Amino acid sequence: MIRFIRIMLLAALPLLAMAPVAQAVQPDEILSDPALEARAREISKGLRCLVCRNESIDDSNAELARDLRLLVRERLVAGDSNAEAVDFIVGRYGEYVLLNPTATGSNWLLWQAGPLMLLLALGMGGFYLRARARAPESETAGLSAEEDARLREIMDE
Amino acid sequence: MITELGHFALILAFLTALFGAIVPLIGAHKRWQGWMAMSEPAAIAQFLLTLAAFAALTHAFVTSDFSLRLVVLNSHSAKPLLYKFSGVWGNHEGSMLLWVLIVTAFGAAAAVFGGNLPPTLRARVLAVQSLIAAAFFAFSLFTSNPFLRLVTPPFDGQDLNPLLQDPGLAFHPPFLYLGYVGLSMTFSFAVAALIEGRVDAAWGRWVRPWTLAAWIFLTIGIGLGSWWAYYELGWGGFWFWDPVENASFMPWLIAAALLHSAIVVEKRESLKSWTILLAIIAFGFSLIGAFITRSGVITSVHAFASDPERGVFLLLILAGFMGGALTLFAARAGTMEAKGVFAMVSRESALLLNNILLGVAAFVVFVGTIWPLVSELMFDRKLSVGAPFFNTSFTPFMVVLGLILPIGAMLPWKRARIGKALRSLRGAFVLALAVGALAFALQTGRSAVGPVGLFLGAWLVSGAAVDLLSRTGRGGFAERLRRMLRLPRADWGKAVAHAGLGIVITGIAGLTAWEAEDIRVVQTGEPFSIAGYDLVLNGVESVQGPNYRSTMGDFTLSKNGRVISTLHPEKRIYPVAKMPTTEAAIDGGFLRDIYVVIGDPQEGGGWAVRSYYKPLANWIWGGAILMAFGGALSLSDRRFRVAAGARRATATGVPAE
Repeated sequence: MIRFIRIMLLAALPLLAMAPVAQAVQPDEILSDPALEARAREISKGLRCLVCRNESIDDSNAELARDLRLLVRERLVAGDSNAEAVDFIVGRYGEYVLLNPTATGSNWLLWQAGPLMLLLALGMGGFYLRARARAPESETAGLSAEEDARLREIMDE
Repeated sequence: MITELGHFALILAFLTALFGAIVPLIGAHKRWQGWMAMSEPAAIAQFLLTLAAFAALTHAFVTSDFSLRLVVLNSHSAKPLLYKFSGVWGNHEGSMLLWVLIVTAFGAAAAVFGGNLPPTLRARVLAVQSLIAAAFFAFSLFTSNPFLRLVTPPFDGQDLNPLLQDPGLAFHPPFLYLGYVGLSMTFSFAVAALIEGRVDAAWGRWVRPWTLAAWIFLTIGIGLGSWWAYYELGWGGFWFWDPVENASFMPWLIAAALLHSAIVVEKRESLKSWTILLAIIAFGFSLIGAFITRSGVITSVHAFASDPERGVFLLLILAGFMGGALTLFAARAGTMEAKGVFAMVSRESALLLNNILLGVAAFVVFVGTIWPLVSELMFDRKLSVGAPFFNTSFTPFMVVLGLILPIGAMLPWKRARIGKALRSLRGAFVLALAVGALAFALQTGRSAVGPVGLFLGAWLVSGAAVDLLSRTGRGGFAERLRRMLRLPRADWGKAVAHAGLGIVITGIAGLTAWEAEDIRVVQTGEPFSIAGYDLVLNGVESVQGPNYRSTMGDFTLSKNGRVISTLHPEKRIYPVAKMPTTEAAIDGGFLRDIYVVIGDPQEGGGWAVRSYYKPLANWIWGGAILMAFGGALSLSDRRFRVAAGARRATATGVPAE
């Protein structure tokens, strides 16, 4: 009997997998108030689909993403501001859900890495340029005899 | 039998690579001509052997030899022939074989075209290239052997991931690998120069074509990948800041920087140690890219191979090559002193600024890509870094780069006056401002992205035109036009590539700012509209493909009652791989795409339909093609061909061993 069930399950698997997949935002999810819907879309673009790889819930086809989209809309309809709605989701699923990391704590490094590196690079570049501008003009050493011959060979061709 | 021959050829290639890495290096050190001369046949033999191995694997895929594990996992007898070919590299093991094939192909090309190099430098370049090849041969043979057989072959295969069964993605990996691996050639030149202890203008000239070639291939590869994402993933996104995309973007940025700093080495003998460092870093980013893609350490959409053992091996390769090269760099960088003297304002300093902006931009992408990993390991914070972060922290660099590019491109070498360059660019600036203002006046929203992007695009394109025109001297218009056509191809290449960047920026800004979307339930025969275009669903039918079943909608697209085209968006199901895909239908145009996706049937009748109006979408890929074309023009410039011609003269001059 167990064997039979197993075969049945195996046979059913492909059917399950081929069940129609939900696709990103569905018509039935859309709120009737366009302003509210626009805010929901904006928020959705910044929230990560937890079971996907680097997709926002706005783009994702996963069931969980759909649930989150509906949750966001629920909060907005209940009168939450954008920040409150996001905080609610973060409170439930953790920081991982934010595609745009906050600039708090250790993340300060992440956000400042670019500007700091730019300052450092500009400083070093400026230092190098000043050294180049002040270097003595003389050292335009001529070609060696060997290089001269090679140059003539190339030019003759 | 053919499979075993291929396997054997791969092992033999590994041994040849070891030989080709060690013998010429010793030879160059001891000045033994015979040992040094071994580098060329070794390089060519490696390539031919790897080609044989690759051909054997291709044979197995095309003939659907299901006794081979790799074929079973990634192919199916009903798969179209094109995807039997592309299936060879549509998986980890096969793509590694392609990778190492390209490494050896570059080595062989350097052996054939490198006749004008000094013998010790040539031996060392080829030896380093062989060493890279050997590392990847070992990786392939010991951790991801494509030639493993199965004891009991199944009846049929499990098919290739349907997302990969697409012409855009069939050719995306080979181009990307040509780019990644092309940078290995630059790396080999850098390491050989460090061993040699000599970097001069000639080195700059030798290294530039390889960098340029790698950059062109990367441009095409990234463009293809982005195009594929646009039409295949179902909502018309073209760039997701996915770790795997970043892995290809970082080498591209660094290669672009290297391209420009090598000019300074070639023309002015300055920025030498910086250029060497960039060459090392560029290949380092290629290796990091391979590591990110294949180790699954940072999970992402494309990580089709996830195996820690492979990750560790790749990390060892990365650490070995980067550690070795950087140690060598630390020891030798001091000996490379700059010769050229130049003022604070000059072409040299403009190119330095270009390098700073591109380098720091690549650094920002790098930090953002690895931050989730760093944060979890060091601060115990599990977080995501997604598109919003990259958009805010990367875009400013590109805006500044776009602003200064036309000015920097016009500055003369050694000593320049900004005022002069600005005066000749006055017309271009006014034109760009007008375009930006027009965009601002016409748009309804408040977003600054569109006007700023269009301003930058027009500024770059017209700046490139002014740059070309300024080289034609004085005289009548016809006379100047004739002179312009006779300018060196490198000048044309520069202008075309810079204008291409402008077109890409215009496309991205237009698409981001003015896209329109419509999601609704559509009943058959009931018209609806998107951004002034009318769509009607005429019907939905079921279609049987070679290895999939498709639900295909039939839409008529019209504007003001005039029919423009019929669109057939599909939803496919690949029964063997058990995966659905969406095939968007796109009516492409010069100024806009209309993009239609069909979803699921609804309970109350009708179908979920998503339609988009995508302005300037094609400009993104058109611009990428222009950039690659500009690179190709520059690559075909006379001075590189002259150098290639000189090789034959010396080749006959060297006595045979």
